[in-house]
Amino acid sequence: MQPFTIVRGTAAPLPAANVDTDVIMPKQFLKGIDRNGLDRGVFFDLRFLVDGAPNPAFILNQAPWDHASFLITGPNFGCGSSREHAVWGLKQLGIRALIGTSFAGIFYDNCQRNGVLLIQVKESEQQEISHLVGSPENSQITIDLHAQQIHLQTGKMIGFEIDPLRKKALLEGLDAIGTTLEHTSRIRDFETQHHRSNPWLA
Amino acid sequence: MKGPRTLYQKHIDAHTVCTLDDHGHVLLYIDRQVANEYTSPQAFSGLREANRTVWRPSSTLGVVDHVNPTTPDRVATMPDAGGALQVSYFEQNCRDFAIELFDVLDKRQGIEHVVAPEQGFILPGMVVAAGDSHTTTYGALGAFGFGIGTSEIEHLLATQTLVYKRLKTLRVNVHGKMGAGVTSKDIIMALIRDIGASGATGYAIEFSGPTIESLSVEARMTICNMAVEAGARGAFMAPDEKVYAYLKDKPRAPKGAQWEQAVEKWKALYSDPGAHFDKEVELDASALEPMVTWGTSPDQAAPIGECVPDPRLESDLIRRQDLQRALRYMGLEPGTRLAGVPISHAFIGSCTNARIEDLRDVARIVRGRKVAASVRAMIVPGSTLVREQAQAEGLAQIFKDAGFEWRQSGCSMCLAMNDDVLSPGDRCASSTNRNFEGRQGAGARTHLMSPAMVAAAAICGHLTDVRQLSMET
Repeated sequence: MQPFTIVRGTAAPLPAANVDTDVIMPKQFLKGIDRNGLDRGVFFDLRFLVDGAPNPAFILNQAPWDHASFLITGPNFGCGSSREHAVWGLKQLGIRALIGTSFAGIFYDNCQRNGVLLIQVKESEQQEISHLVGSPENSQITIDLHAQQIHLQTGKMIGFEIDPLRKKALLEGLDAIGTTLEHTSRIRDFETQHHRSNPWLA
Repeated sequence: MKGPRTLYQKHIDAHTVCTLDDHGHVLLYIDRQVANEYTSPQAFSGLREANRTVWRPSSTLGVVDHVNPTTPDRVATMPDAGGALQVSYFEQNCRDFAIELFDVLDKRQGIEHVVAPEQGFILPGMVVAAGDSHTTTYGALGAFGFGIGTSEIEHLLATQTLVYKRLKTLRVNVHGKMGAGVTSKDIIMALIRDIGASGATGYAIEFSGPTIESLSVEARMTICNMAVEAGARGAFMAPDEKVYAYLKDKPRAPKGAQWEQAVEKWKALYSDPGAHFDKEVELDASALEPMVTWGTSPDQAAPIGECVPDPRLESDLIRRQDLQRALRYMGLEPGTRLAGVPISHAFIGSCTNARIEDLRDVARIVRGRKVAASVRAMIVPGSTLVREQAQAEGLAQIFKDAGFEWRQSGCSMCLAMNDDVLSPGDRCASSTNRNFEGRQGAGARTHLMSPAMVAAAAICGHLTDVRQLSMET
């Protein structure tokens, strides 16, 4: 997993509420057995017109946000289906972090497992960032995960909270399975005991 | 000494391998998972690439459900190359990693959340995680289930555990007797409307109270199933005699002395009196009416007697724009009465509402009636066993006589990953769980409601209060 330390890039505001994973990655892109080619599917019905041409009205088709590294999102972003394809696609499109007021649970975990940083901020902060990055000259921001800070073009800094466990995994790009398998003997012991006291689960 | 605990705490405590930090993270042991062909391939590939094995193959059940066709005659061929590849890779993975698979031709095939309970694969006290958000369904059996993504499936296959952070708890206490024509679908739809599509984000929901106790196990599954549409990362209910009766003699339920031993243990699965919940909500089921959604988020719902809301009355700009966008997508004008909105399609199916009791509800409405000429109406049973039972009970004939397509089992038009897809502008009364933009097909419009309400809409050709239809007979 690619570590996330200090990343500077363009941020695109997407303030709608309840953006679900069906909208982020429609069904026709879910038919693979690998992770390839999902950048095309991201927000497909919003990004592309019926004839397949880019929809000029959609922000991710407009400069400078067509090279966005960050999305500033509305409440409950990523709700609905568990499809991790949504996160794989966002990542392939170049999205490294999302800043919003709230995220759906499964989507949150999926981002974490792919090295995409989710930052939860207050509604007033979300609105401030969203408004600011909506003008091209202020669209660049810097996210410093180590210091837990967002730096805006105006010089303003906004701090954020993150679990130490998640932070460490993102900073170091850890392989979660490898880390868990360090507990192999504890899992074995637990399992033996668990099945002894609940034999119908064995 | 431990103080009073919620059932959620009991589930998590009993499955904690070890604590990982002092911020609530634990290594959580998972008893069971169900795998499907569409969210699992990259997880198996990950195992192969890292030369890892499956920790405990017997804890996983494979079911093909998302991409298979549901044509009235069962065919094993997938309608498209992508689906065919997913199914063949899934078969190969189950074979290579010694996981039991219910393939398309298996008598036990069906939607994973219908199949797993009917096989007795899910039992009270279990913690279950699976690559499908509607894994919350299993709360109705006294288990604790939640959905995970593909990376977590891989982690679970490799370690039988997940790195888990304890959730907050929300108790929804439901009291009051439901009126005629009101179902458990209306309870959960009303709750989602009340608390919002993110009202339970960060929470596990316990459903309790006399109304929940009065419901059948299948009706309870509908409620737990849709808890995720309020953002809940898991739902749970205390198991009771109804759950034990439901499970007894199911193929994988414990037998004989072990059954007695298990039931004794399951009787301790309840929230202790005085246990602390982070939030509590009270719902009066006697005040409910049949619900329908009018928008593109499950919380955009109203009783069938109401009208499409007016976005101009919303003072918050972002919320107003969301409402306007939803109504534009749905092709609905503010102030339109919901009863009377014409439909082109009616779909009865999905892990929310395609069990035998749902089909019996539908049969009660459509018996001796005909589907409106303007409507294409489909019934996709939740499992192949449900299909067989409905045929044995004579329900299938009632459906066919009324003009419904009687199809094979699968997820089908709930998410339209197979060839059951709506066209732009189609409007569907649907017994499913999500009315998202494009969910049932790009540009297609979904109205969620109970199976009985879908049946009524199919007969009348427009959204209808099922209670009026019932009274006519």
